[in-house]
Amino acid sequence: MTAVETADLPEALAEIARDFAELPVPERLQLLLEFSEELPELPERYAAAPERMEQVHECQSPLFLVVEVDEDSAPEPGGRRVSLYFSAPPEAPTTRGFAGILHEGLNRLTVDEILAVPEDAPYRFSLADAVSPLRLRGMVGMLSRIKRQTALKSRV
Amino acid sequence: MADSQTQDARFAEYAHPDRLVSTEWLATQLEAGNPDGIVVLESDEDVLLYDTGHIPGALKLDWHQDLNDPLMRDYVGGEQFARVMSERGVGRDTTVVLYGDKSNWWAAYALWVMSLFGHENARLLDGGRAKWIAEGRELTKDVPSPAPAEYPVVDRDDAPIRAFKDDVLNHLGGPLVDVRSPGEFSGELLHMPDYPQEGAMRGGHIPGAKSVPWARAANEDGTFKSRADLEAIYLQEQGLDPAAPTVAYCRIGERSSHTWFVLTHLLGFQNVRNYDGSWTEWGNAVRVPVER
Repeated sequence: MTAVETADLPEALAEIARDFAELPVPERLQLLLEFSEELPELPERYAAAPERMEQVHECQSPLFLVVEVDEDSAPEPGGRRVSLYFSAPPEAPTTRGFAGILHEGLNRLTVDEILAVPEDAPYRFSLADAVSPLRLRGMVGMLSRIKRQTALKSRV
Repeated sequence: MADSQTQDARFAEYAHPDRLVSTEWLATQLEAGNPDGIVVLESDEDVLLYDTGHIPGALKLDWHQDLNDPLMRDYVGGEQFARVMSERGVGRDTTVVLYGDKSNWWAAYALWVMSLFGHENARLLDGGRAKWIAEGRELTKDVPSPAPAEYPVVDRDDAPIRAFKDDVLNHLGGPLVDVRSPGEFSGELLHMPDYPQEGAMRGGHIPGAKSVPWARAANEDGTFKSRADLEAIYLQEQGLDPAAPTVAYCRIGERSSHTWFVLTHLLGFQNVRNYDGSWTEWGNAVRVPVER
């Protein structure tokens, strides 16, 4: 068991962090694999136009992401809902798994909630022993781009 | 042992033909119930790839978790290596076939680490994981549980095939092969494209190194080029001498393991060392000479 700080994470992300922490190391990899398999398919508007997505260069495999802020979801920009879309090839399951965690933990949260996610959240999933700290930097790169795009796209 | 049957006609021209097996040969062995007790190990860059499906009967060998020391930047010692082999049902004389993603980078790296421990009977699956899948061959998610084998605790013997920074300093003026991308060699890029986390303070190459990106040794399908094609690159074009002590390096030593394999086992170079510290050490070290 690893004690893991989750108080400052959004609830869905905190739950994922607790799930990982409860598992022995080999089973953490299996859970990461499940996240990679559950990453939703890209909607047609991005599948057909990958240039509308941003590449995350910190990942060792090609990963593209884009966020959309739903302007009709709330009057104030900080309360608007954010949708996340990711694209990563099946031969890069670790990268897909990182994307799957962030999708499950952050999709449809509000702008303010996303901007408040701590930068070190990727290190809260007890994955350093299982996948190496070097590989985890890819998830840090994804999170920082999600936050930057959210900030840019929520400005009125 | 399976020696006579691994002699695929395509491999006969190489210096050590028994270091390669073909996908056809491996599939035939597995269909026949693996009569020679081969152990197949998958070694990938992506730590989850094995779990998405692998060659039936294959076990995972992870470069980070199984072969690297968790604290020091070094490989595991004899006891840990013996445990890793034993758990996978590998004895000292077992024929091990290695394969993986990225044109066998990590499989070649694992083979090189096994060679530090003197495990002679280790072979690469020509074309690796990608070729096996492209040919529509069987994959499974079943993880075998082999009976542990007896593996002796042997000391790692680095000197013959591993170079440290001081060895490279003493070797300056001798043949060096830089297998990184042209942008990394020239110093324009401080890291490999798409791998910024493994950067360095200085860009360029070790003085006198010849630039031969690793991928030049591979065909489109990830198999190795013919001996004649390899000789045209490494001997005729680059003027390397199979009898001269040679050092290969890249960024962390995995791509140069691929080239080490080509020079040693396909072209029969007599003394090739892999400098695994590579550019992540040299490009960050104080007062070592750099050429651009």
